[in-house]
Amino acid sequence: MKAAAGAPREAQVLSRTDETADMFTLHLRLTDARARAAYRFTPGQFNMLYLPGIGGVPISIASDPDRRETLDHTIRAVGRVTRVLAQLRAGDSVGLRGPYGRGWPMHDAEGQDLVVVTGGLGCAPVVAAIGYVVARRERFGRLAILQGVKHSADLIWRERYDAWARLPDTRVRLAADKPDHHWGDHIGLVTDLLDEVQLRPDRTVALVCGPEPMMLAAAGRLARLNVPETRIWVSLERGFQCGVGHCGHCQLGPYFVCRDGPVFRWADVGWLLGTRGF
Amino acid sequence: MTSASFLPRDRLQALFDRLREQGYRCVGPRVRDGTVIYDDLTDAANLPVGIGARQAPGSYRLTHEGHSRCFAWANGPQALKPLLFAPRESLWRAVRHDDGRMRFEPTAQQSRQLAVVGVRACDLAALTLQDAHFAADIADAGYASRRGGLLLIGVDCTHPADTCFCASTGDGPGIGSGADIALSELESGFLVRPNSAAGALLCDALPLRDASDDELYTAAAELESARSKQHRRLPGRNLRDALFANLDHPRWNDVAGRCLSCGNCVAVCPTCFCSTEREEAAFDGSESTRVRLWDSCFSAEHSYLHGRLLRPDTRTRYRQWLTHKLGGWHDQYGRSGCVGCGRCITWCPVGIDISAEAAAICGETVEPGEARGTREGS
Repeated sequence: MKAAAGAPREAQVLSRTDETADMFTLHLRLTDARARAAYRFTPGQFNMLYLPGIGGVPISIASDPDRRETLDHTIRAVGRVTRVLAQLRAGDSVGLRGPYGRGWPMHDAEGQDLVVVTGGLGCAPVVAAIGYVVARRERFGRLAILQGVKHSADLIWRERYDAWARLPDTRVRLAADKPDHHWGDHIGLVTDLLDEVQLRPDRTVALVCGPEPMMLAAAGRLARLNVPETRIWVSLERGFQCGVGHCGHCQLGPYFVCRDGPVFRWADVGWLLGTRGF
Repeated sequence: MTSASFLPRDRLQALFDRLREQGYRCVGPRVRDGTVIYDDLTDAANLPVGIGARQAPGSYRLTHEGHSRCFAWANGPQALKPLLFAPRESLWRAVRHDDGRMRFEPTAQQSRQLAVVGVRACDLAALTLQDAHFAADIADAGYASRRGGLLLIGVDCTHPADTCFCASTGDGPGIGSGADIALSELESGFLVRPNSAAGALLCDALPLRDASDDELYTAAAELESARSKQHRRLPGRNLRDALFANLDHPRWNDVAGRCLSCGNCVAVCPTCFCSTEREEAAFDGSESTRVRLWDSCFSAEHSYLHGRLLRPDTRTRYRQWLTHKLGGWHDQYGRSGCVGCGRCITWCPVGIDISAEAAAICGETVEPGEARGTREGS
C-alpha cells in the first residue's frame, strides 16, 4: 500500500493494554470504514500517531496484518507525545497517518529458517514479525528467537517467550547482562547466543532489531557464521516527521530511512552504521 | 536551440502586460534591502536597471553600473525555492469536538498561476531537483499545486559572480530546456526563444522581429565569456565515493573550526529541502494547525532521536550536509545536489567555500584563479 502525504485520519482507541509501568498497547481502529477497508501493511512498517496541539510520533504496527479489527501500537511513555498517548483511554481519538516505509521481508522469508535477534526493551517491530511467523508457523523453517536485556528485570512478555518456546521447531533463548539470582538462561550478550543455535547460513534469514551497537555486533557475528549480508535485515530508527522522505531528518547516506527502510539489508546500511554522526 | 526572435528593449513592458492579460501573477527581480530578490513585478521600469552585484566569499554588494541592462547581475540570496517550497506552510487543521472526536482538514490552497521573469539556469537545474524531491512518486500537495501553475522565463547569465561555478556543474550559465521562454539580454534588447506551448503562446502576443546573425553571435559570445570568467569549480561531478571514503579526513575538523553552524548556506541553497513540523494550537484547545517550516541540518534538533543528538557537533553536521549534497544525492536523485550557484559561498558569514572544502576532502586542491571549465567528474 502506497502511503500518502497529507492529513491524518481519525482513529479511535478501542481498548488499551498496560504492559509495564511505562509501556502500553493502544488497540486502534480507523473511524472511516473505507479507509479501514483499504488499509494494508507489512510487519515492520509504522504509523505516525498524532495529537492536535501536541505533535506526532512514529510507532511501528504490532498487530497481525490479516487481523483487520484493530491496529495495535505498543508504546513506551518516554517523550512529550508518548506521555500524552499514555493517558488515552477507550473511546478517545488520535490522528493516524500511514503505513509508512518498508517492513520485514516476510514473503521472501517463507520456506527459510529465521533467526530473530533483539535487544533492549519491547522491540515492537520485531515482535510483529515473530507474531506473523508464529501465526503461519508451517510456512517457515526453523525459528530461533534470541532476546537480550541488560537487567533481567527489564524482560517483558515472558509468557510470550514461554509460549513461543513450546512451538515446533522453535528455540527461544534469553540473555541478560546483569541477571538476578532467578535468571535461568544465558548471562552475557544476546549475540553470544548466535554461536549456540545451529544456523544453516544459506537458508537463514536474520531479523535484527535493537540499539545500533547491538545490531552491529549481531550482524558481525552472523557474518562470521557465514550468513550472507543480504540475508541479514535490521530495523533502523531516525527522527521521522513526514514519513514520506520529504522532511530530511532521516537522511542516511543514500537513503531516507522512513521511506527506503526502516527495514534494510545489512549489506546496504552496514557500512554507515557505527560511524558517529550517521 | 530553436530559432530566436528579438524584443527591443523599449518594448519589454509588453511582456509584463501580456502575462497579466493571460492571468498570471508576475514575479521578477527587484532591488530590496540591498539585494536583488524576486517579488511581484508588473512594471518593467522596476527591474534592477543598471544594477550589478559584487560577490565574494562572505560578501555581497550591489553596484550602480550606469548601463541600461536589467539582468546584468548574478543571483541574489533567493532562488525559485521559496515560491514553490514555501518557508512556512500549513499542512492541515485538526478540529477537536466536545465529545473527543477529531476531524482533520487539509489546508493546501489552490494557487493562482505564476510567471517568474528572470530565472537563471542554476535555479532551473535546482527546480528540476526540487521537482524530483517534492513532486514525484509521493507528491507534496502545496508544492505540486504551485508547480502546476508555473511559467518560467529564463535569462542567460552574462555577469557571473566571483562565487559562481555553474559551468563546472554543467548547469549554466545559459538557459537550457527548463524554461518556457529563454531570453538573452543584449544592449538594445532581448533574444527570445520559446521552449514550450505556453511560451510560444506568449511569444505570439509579443512585438517580436527576427533576430539578426549579429545579435545571435553577440549573445553566444557573451555567454562564452561568462563561462570563461568562472574560476571556481568542484573537483568532479560525482564525488560520492570520494566523500564517503574520507569520513575521517582531518579537513572536517578544520572546517568545523570555521563554520558557525548558522544554517545560512542551507537557507540560500536552491536545492536544500529539509523541513520541520510545528503545532499552532488555539488557546482553548479546540483547534490546532500543523505548520511546516524550513529546517537545517546544522541545527541541533535536526538529528534529535530519543533524547540524544546523532550529530552533536559542527563537524558531524557540516559533514552531513556535504556528504549528502555532493554524495547521497547521486543515489537519491541521480546527480549531485549542487548546481553551482555559489550562494552558500557568498552568504556564509565566514566565507566557507564548498568547492575548496570538497577539493580538500576529495584529494585535490584548487586555488582560486587556477582552473576553470567543465571537466567531467570521476
